[in-house]
Amino acid sequence: MKSIVRILRKEWPLHLMLVPGVVLVFIFSIIPLYGLIIAFQRYNVAMGFGSPWVGLANFEFLFSQPDFVRTIWNTLFIASWKIVLMIIVPVFFALLLNEIRNVFFKRLFQTVIYMPNFISWVILSGIMFEILAVSGIVNQFLGIFGVQPIWFLGDENVFRWTMIFSDVWRSFGFGTVIYLATLTGIDQGLYEAAHMDGANRFKQTIYITLPMMMPIIMLMSILSLGNILNAGFDQIFNLYSPIVYSTGDIIDTYIFRVGLEQAQFSLGAAVGSFRSLISAVLIAISYYLADRFAGYRVF
Amino acid sequence: MIYKSTSKRIFDTFNYLFITLVCLSCILPFVHLLAVSFSSTLAVQTNSVIFWPVDFNLYAYEFAFSNGRFLAALWVSIQRIALGLLVNLLLIILTAYPLSHNKSKLHGRNIYMAYFVFTMIFNGGLIPTFIVVSRLGLLNSLWALVLPGALPVFSMIILMNFIRNLPEELQESAMLDGAGSIKILYKIMLPLLKPCLATVALFSIVGHWNDWFSGLIYMRNPANFPLQTYLQFLLLRFEQIMMMAGGDAASALARMNVQTGRAAQLFMGAVPVLIIYPFLQRYFTTGLVMGSVKG
Repeated sequence: MKSIVRILRKEWPLHLMLVPGVVLVFIFSIIPLYGLIIAFQRYNVAMGFGSPWVGLANFEFLFSQPDFVRTIWNTLFIASWKIVLMIIVPVFFALLLNEIRNVFFKRLFQTVIYMPNFISWVILSGIMFEILAVSGIVNQFLGIFGVQPIWFLGDENVFRWTMIFSDVWRSFGFGTVIYLATLTGIDQGLYEAAHMDGANRFKQTIYITLPMMMPIIMLMSILSLGNILNAGFDQIFNLYSPIVYSTGDIIDTYIFRVGLEQAQFSLGAAVGSFRSLISAVLIAISYYLADRFAGYRVF
Repeated sequence: MIYKSTSKRIFDTFNYLFITLVCLSCILPFVHLLAVSFSSTLAVQTNSVIFWPVDFNLYAYEFAFSNGRFLAALWVSIQRIALGLLVNLLLIILTAYPLSHNKSKLHGRNIYMAYFVFTMIFNGGLIPTFIVVSRLGLLNSLWALVLPGALPVFSMIILMNFIRNLPEELQESAMLDGAGSIKILYKIMLPLLKPCLATVALFSIVGHWNDWFSGLIYMRNPANFPLQTYLQFLLLRFEQIMMMAGGDAASALARMNVQTGRAAQLFMGAVPVLIIYPFLQRYFTTGLVMGSVKG
């Protein structure tokens, strides 16, 4: 007891500083986490988080809904493709940019490809509605090569690929910038030695650059594991429509429609708890792997 | 590599060409949007606008400014950023500084840390958070857009790592002179933290500017929508806004259509980010480097 008093006498200002953060996080993160119990209740506005218990009824109902089961598959499909391409494309691009010796152009290219990252999906969606319309400029351009107009946002077979590629288009600049930053740290002596031994640029890339990038590639891949149930709500919510639900409806958009629009809070929370649990486990695993194999501590 | 081989030259040519094409794909959509916003309705309807305005006019912008909805939403966004930035910075500093101490100087440091990181990994998700915010009576209030994300844990960790990388002697010597923690933070640390705070502040500004979702769920009255939420509303229901518009907007209304009007407002929604983008780019990369843990 005495030691606590002594510690507090010395450290109280530090603990005091932490109070606002601890309290706000408690209200807006811990209480909602506790609120997930409504997934096992029939939520009633008057009773709040103390509504009557219904056991697993909400989950049983959900899994009997083909609409919901389909969202799991759609989410996995879209998210996995995004994860894979978001590793390959930035690495490929960083390697290409690394071959550019002119510093001005290298900077310029980096600046340009990183830019769409900072534009919200609302604005990008507005642009996509415009340019990807059946009579939009993309189809006009493809028409030059004799391609029939494609309904990018309304054809259920095309929609998810539109989502995957447009997200890669928006975000690949970020990974590219990170990889390029690591490339500048490579000892130039290695390349000179390889050049002496008669290795051309291609061989140098395969045997020096790529291996030197491997740790950071590993790290980025591991950290992206937590995104496996994150197919990109902001993007899909703004671009989808009932005609593409069969391939484009994802878990997060389903939660929004059922939970908020139809105000079925318990069902929404049931889907949310299922999603939160799986994501949390994956994120925890990825943090552990990142620490174990890449020596990267998130905190 | 003083001289270039032919194969290298061919490679370079294709490389430049390819990267240039990709870069164009990042820029041209915005150019097209801008061109549409300045074009006449007839040109837009006949799909003759590509990257240059046809029958240049400003009606779509005239409508945006005279209709009032756009400026009202912009004002909500500005207020939100001012309040959000203040709250974010205050909480980030107040949390990161104590947590930068070792557990010998701050007992329970690791418990606090685990608590914050826990909330970064586990979250209740949309529905319970919505219930909490509405129960607190925050719906329709600016606070609903600011308080749930009051402490961005990731930014806090970046600042914490930045502080940990500063020489410890700075704080120790001040402590020997009898300065308390609050005084050290205020007098000595704050000036040193400026570059990192700039990064964190930019994260916060862009985050608040681009966030449309909290506005959508927490603002029941479209009059309180921040700009991005208003733009999202615009994507779906521009006709409705046009029908309700009258008075000053009427003359512009007759000479624009949904496409040009939407393009103008979307473009203006992107402009602020495009303007501060050069700073963003620099700070975002250095921010990530600064936030990295010391080996």
